[in-house]
Amino acid sequence: MKKILKNIGCWLDDRGGFSDLLKPLTTHLVPPESTWNYVWGSATLFCFILQVITGIALGFLYQPSVDVAYQSLQYIENQAFMGSFIRGLHNWGASGMVFLMGMHMIRVYLNAAYKYPREMSWITGVILMVITIVMAFTGQLLRWDNNGVWSAIVAAEQMGRIPLIGDSLAYFLLGGDTIGGETLNRFFAMHVFLFPALLFSFVGYHLYLVFRNGISEPPKAGRLVNPKTYKKWYEDMLIKKGVPFFPDAIWRDAVFSAFVLIVIVCLAWFIGAPELSSKPDLTNVNSNPKPDWYFTWIFALFALMPREIESYVMFLGPLLVGILLFSIPFLSNKGERSPLRRPWAIAGVVFIILSISSLWYVGIQEPWSPRFDAKPLSEYTTVPDASNEIKKGIELFNTVGCIYCHRIGNQGGIRGPELTNVQNRLTKDQMVIRIVNGAENMPAYGGSLSKDELEAIVVFLSSKEKQSN
Amino acid sequence: MSCDCEEQNTTDSNIEAVNRRSFLTKITIAIGGFIGTVLAFPLITAMLDPVTRKKDTSWRNVGGLIDFEEGKTKMVSFENASPYKWSGEIAYSAAYVRREENNKLTAFSVNCAHLGCPVRWEEKPELFMCPCHGGVYYKDGSRAAGPPPRGLHTYPIRIVNNQVEIETQAIPITNI
Repeated sequence: MKKILKNIGCWLDDRGGFSDLLKPLTTHLVPPESTWNYVWGSATLFCFILQVITGIALGFLYQPSVDVAYQSLQYIENQAFMGSFIRGLHNWGASGMVFLMGMHMIRVYLNAAYKYPREMSWITGVILMVITIVMAFTGQLLRWDNNGVWSAIVAAEQMGRIPLIGDSLAYFLLGGDTIGGETLNRFFAMHVFLFPALLFSFVGYHLYLVFRNGISEPPKAGRLVNPKTYKKWYEDMLIKKGVPFFPDAIWRDAVFSAFVLIVIVCLAWFIGAPELSSKPDLTNVNSNPKPDWYFTWIFALFALMPREIESYVMFLGPLLVGILLFSIPFLSNKGERSPLRRPWAIAGVVFIILSISSLWYVGIQEPWSPRFDAKPLSEYTTVPDASNEIKKGIELFNTVGCIYCHRIGNQGGIRGPELTNVQNRLTKDQMVIRIVNGAENMPAYGGSLSKDELEAIVVFLSSKEKQSN
Repeated sequence: MSCDCEEQNTTDSNIEAVNRRSFLTKITIAIGGFIGTVLAFPLITAMLDPVTRKKDTSWRNVGGLIDFEEGKTKMVSFENASPYKWSGEIAYSAAYVRREENNKLTAFSVNCAHLGCPVRWEEKPELFMCPCHGGVYYKDGSRAAGPPPRGLHTYPIRIVNNQVEIETQAIPITNI
């Protein structure tokens, strides 16, 4: 029996050539110091594989059709065996892929691994990043809930800012003048066929380049890259002290990918995918579209930018970032690689991380967003022994929308200044001027409030003991 | 002598082989290009279906004139222009119709001019407010506050036999 199995194994290998296929892994030498800092790329690849598998799994459950897509998601989420777990895996796998891709990119940039002869690895990496972002975005629409649908409109609006071709691009993205029966099909075809095909091709090429040019050795301060001598030096170094990729290096990739898997499984199991918002309906305006976390910082940027330049930033920004990323290996492809001797590289990375994190932080707070659900102030507890006029002022504060943006105590929105103690900052006249004329981020109420109403609000705002209920 | 001849022959046939190869290379590339073009055709055609299909704008009835009070703003919904048959509820868009004196009607798009989020009509202060980035508009659609670069977009609207009709339009996209 054992012999028969062995014979079958030998036959398969002889005719199938499996050892020949895998042999390059065992003979491919890598620098011995390429250790735990080299796992980010393979972990991103692992997330990609996870996405392919969970994506196929979801494909068995999902109905890509406008009239029933939402129902099929309800089924996946609430009824299908392990359905919400699979969706959670796909969701957190996407998050993991975006996050690890970012880490991989930072690592490569800080170590200047994009320098000679690995420029093409960087360029294909940037292309992969763009495709990954497109995948993340198109996936959000496939949820086909109100949030996903409105997000597609937000994206179309951003494309509309591109001069000349903006409208056509928006039309192409939505598959027509508006969101409609065609939009979901387009996003499905892009998310499931077109961009995965591109992703496979570029991932394959990216990996081929890693094998062709070798893994970049960890940089050493003072050891400069010279395109004339680098390849020979690298080969000599490998012959002298290189170790086989399999298993000396790949075991760390395996360990780290397993760790990533465990984290993603836990997130999928305990937190799950974002809750589905209501059924998609463009006539339901009580919707507050929010992007997934990896776009939150861009969403925040759009709220905070001066509006005179915003339209230009919307198309020039991505264009400049793209050009900059593509040109990095051409700006400097030789010389120093060590981050210790490239302080500006570190400064740049720190600056970008800080900017994105702080935008991300305010993006979660959304201070610019009026709080339509703010709990109204109560006339009985807000100001003790309130006069009738103050009571009227409190009621108006609730109904004309002041409370959406201004806080009294701990109630109300945070777009505008808190008004609990506004009587100490502004005189009555100043309040009237502000309310009547508005400001950059406050509408003028002069046209919609009567004189009495205005007076009532100002009397309320000037009263001393304002509190929330 | 014969040796030389043979050598000569070999060189000739070498040149012939090289010519043949370069010809075969060219023809293979040409055929490959042809096949690629033919195969790209269905892909591009299908992707451009929304461009090539027949479509039009049309006037949609959104109610009788008596349904709209003077000095009030009301949300209406209507079917988009030539939706695909299977579109279901997503084929409907919404607009805010405001009626002023002398039967003057204005139909505002519900899409914020900033990034297209749905604005809400706040009855008491007579403002349109956007939940996304805090854009605010007055009752006449002009920008009141926040990031929008312009006022709300409008739809063409008309009164026919005391019925109010809106002309379907693309989702308004703000350009630079």
